[in-house]
Amino acid sequence: MSNYYLGIDLGSTTSKAVIINQDDEIIGRGITNTRANYEVAAEIARIAAIFNARFSLLKRAMHSELVSNPELQRYIADLEEAFQYVEFRIRADRLYRQMVTTASAYFPLDRQPAVLAALGKIFEVAIPEIKHQYLHEKLGAKNQFFRDIFFEQYNQRVTALDQTSATKLFEPLMTTFDKSITPVENEMLPMDFTALVHEAMDILQEKYAGFSERKLRPGFAFDEELQLLAGNVREVSETIKKHIDRIAQQDIAIANMVGTGYGRALLPFPQECIRSEILCHAFGAHIAFPNTRTVLDIGGQDTKAIQVDEEGFVTSFQMNDRCAAGCGRYLGYIADELGITLSELGESATHAECDAQINSTCTVFAGAELRELQNLGVRREDILGGLHKAIVSRAMSLIARSGGVRNEFTFTGGVARNPAVLKYLRGFIRENYGEDITMNIHTDSIFMGALGGARFARLGVNVELPKSKRSSTPIMPELEGELL
Amino acid sequence: MAIAPPPFFKAKPPAKPVEVVKERSMLLQKEMLAKQFHDLSAAKETGRKVVYTFVPGNLSELILAFDMLPVYPEINALQWGMRKKSGSMIRDAEKYGYSEDVCTYVKCDIGMFLNGNIGPTGEKLPPPDLLLLSYTGCFTFLKWFENLQKLYPGVPVAMLHTPYAADGKITGEMVTYMVKQLEEEVIPKMEMVSGKKFDREKLSQHLGYARDSEDWISKIFALTKQKPSPIDAYFAGVYYIGPINAGFRGAESAVEYYRQLYLEVAERAAHGKTPVTPEGDLEEERFRLVVEGPPNWTHFREFWKLFYDMGAVVVASSYTKVGGLFDEGFRHDPEKPFESLARYCMGCYTNISLPERINLLERFIKEYKADGFLINSIKSCNSFSAGQLLIMRELEQRLGIPVSFIESDLVDPRYFSYANIKNRLDSFFQMMEQRKRAGSHHSEGRGSLLLPIVESEAVA
Repeated sequence: MSNYYLGIDLGSTTSKAVIINQDDEIIGRGITNTRANYEVAAEIARIAAIFNARFSLLKRAMHSELVSNPELQRYIADLEEAFQYVEFRIRADRLYRQMVTTASAYFPLDRQPAVLAALGKIFEVAIPEIKHQYLHEKLGAKNQFFRDIFFEQYNQRVTALDQTSATKLFEPLMTTFDKSITPVENEMLPMDFTALVHEAMDILQEKYAGFSERKLRPGFAFDEELQLLAGNVREVSETIKKHIDRIAQQDIAIANMVGTGYGRALLPFPQECIRSEILCHAFGAHIAFPNTRTVLDIGGQDTKAIQVDEEGFVTSFQMNDRCAAGCGRYLGYIADELGITLSELGESATHAECDAQINSTCTVFAGAELRELQNLGVRREDILGGLHKAIVSRAMSLIARSGGVRNEFTFTGGVARNPAVLKYLRGFIRENYGEDITMNIHTDSIFMGALGGARFARLGVNVELPKSKRSSTPIMPELEGELL
Repeated sequence: MAIAPPPFFKAKPPAKPVEVVKERSMLLQKEMLAKQFHDLSAAKETGRKVVYTFVPGNLSELILAFDMLPVYPEINALQWGMRKKSGSMIRDAEKYGYSEDVCTYVKCDIGMFLNGNIGPTGEKLPPPDLLLLSYTGCFTFLKWFENLQKLYPGVPVAMLHTPYAADGKITGEMVTYMVKQLEEEVIPKMEMVSGKKFDREKLSQHLGYARDSEDWISKIFALTKQKPSPIDAYFAGVYYIGPINAGFRGAESAVEYYRQLYLEVAERAAHGKTPVTPEGDLEEERFRLVVEGPPNWTHFREFWKLFYDMGAVVVASSYTKVGGLFDEGFRHDPEKPFESLARYCMGCYTNISLPERINLLERFIKEYKADGFLINSIKSCNSFSAGQLLIMRELEQRLGIPVSFIESDLVDPRYFSYANIKNRLDSFFQMMEQRKRAGSHHSEGRGSLLLPIVESEAVA
């Protein structure tokens, strides 16, 4: 039986879990938005990582078959998307019940019927729409957070309803959502992998059944894999089912775990298993790129500049202090100010032709500066360009304080997904530290802290504590996996 | 669908409250200082004259020789900070017009004045009969007394200018220059204010006590070279330096205090004991640190706990030397009273250059066998926070030891961010742990890349 190691990074915005095997290969990743109850956030991320690990193990087990049968590959990819939808739907069902309870308790009897009817109508339309997006538009790859996915649809529907209906329902419906989402987010819902995956397979049957009609529609792109699949969906699903039922029962035994991140002090871990996020990010970057000497990590509210040695050990570091302007949350604020999504924000900034000068070192003031520039008629792309440049220049100052950039340079954290930050960072690094610096960005950059934690767990190097601080109970709970 | 599983992660039990443990010497020094505040409150009735002065480069033996009473505004401020009352005083000073960037010791002192000049023991402090500025290194001191001069119209000021000992060397000319000021400016003013004739023999007697106290305190702080260290040279050290810095240096009572303290600490050392913390004897010495910069006073206990909880002991600190670098060999000399006062002022930690501070800290790290070096940088201190990053990087470069940098403030509670500080300290402790595990090849220095720049800057 293989042993696996778990790293959990409880960040200010997102909670990440990574499972690695004995060869330091990532076999499972899970991410969720951080919420008030850290235990739930850690648990949801952990379960997501275990589910993800089961899909990884499935792909590993079927490696040779997958290589020769692209339709099998396609089926598994579709199955993961359908699986994500089923997880979403379980939460959505729970949210609906909570919203009904909230509305019944909160509004006077004469208003309840209208609110409840509207809720029913919204869910009736929104959930199938979200399902469609999961199954046909790769929603799961674009957004992994239940709250965001649901709210986007809900907001649209509520707004539309408010415009067409005679009774003003906007306020009560928004209040119902606000009062319901937190308890639901902070509750653990039972999720059984086998049941979920079987349901996902049933959903795929429906999807492929509808395929033969849709493919005849004009303008529908020809899809070879899907074509193949539609032809023999029954055989494919039978083949997969055999493997998946076995893998669903496989014990993913977590031999050791390490927690890190902003919320690590509150992580429900024994203290020996809690590592500083500085060390974990450095270690994660070192695993991904062993020649790393300088790490820049920009997360939700922290920017860290870390110097590491050839073994991935931290020699010095600097972090932002007292102000989180320039971090992920700042970008979120700016995106909200402009009414666009985070991914649109970075993308739009890459089209800047003449970066606007943004000097504010405060998130809120930067918002004011942004409005002023808009007022002066400066192009939005140029404003956003300037804003991203300002963020990167703050990070550069932190890097300088920590000892500068040494080759190789690895950029980690959620903000490493932002193309405009990358553009300006690359420019600044070349300008200040020369053309020869290798700059690494991993596709899993947001998981680097959790990866470092998992590596610490694999090495079995628990944090040394004074005797009285050590846990009297064994470090690892005996319970394993998501099924107990 | 299965029922919800019991949690994989288990919630932590809440922390238990602790009973605070204090050492005998801590209580003793509290009594000494309490008596001084009491004497101050009765100064008007007893007719004793009051001198306001500062700790670094203080002339406490001279004050004692004139039988005057000292007030140290920065000690009052830190005492108010420890009592968690400095915040409102700082706000009052800000209302009065002092900006956010001004040293918070100053603002706390001004706030205390605005609130009736009640000292930290609750007794009223008398106004100054003399402002004695033996200026050493801190530019703010100069401005601070200019402000006090306005608040106490007509108060005489005696200014002793201390030449900057950039390279740590004190020349004959520098001594002559200072002695001349003592004879022509400081002593005549003190005679005038006190109404007493200067008594050289009395000064020499106090200098003799000072020399003895300095001997004892040096011996006490040298005991932390032992493993495990019997005391924390920073968090407990700030209590130990109380008497020597707060006017008792030349008093017989200080000699007795430090003799007793030495015996106490030597006994702990002989029994291989670890430092006393507010929660009892430290369980285990795990990390030995050298620290630069004063502690945060408003959250002193929480700050200390962050260290002792992880078994970190400060074995040497520059802050406990601001009243004099006695363990570097300096002693007051009853035979050469003025000259030794002059040399004392010039040799203070606050009066030496950045390269000299680096050299001193390097010696500390080596001699006290420290595992790491930490800077607590003070947000509102413009004089001493400048250059600290350079100190840190240079020491890391020279010695190859884990270093870390945290920021807080002296007495402004708004600048103490527990989570930020804990975050950095946790990382720092884990860096040291990792390094210890990795073995010796990680503890080698890489020479000095920065020093040439430092020196050229110092010359310029």
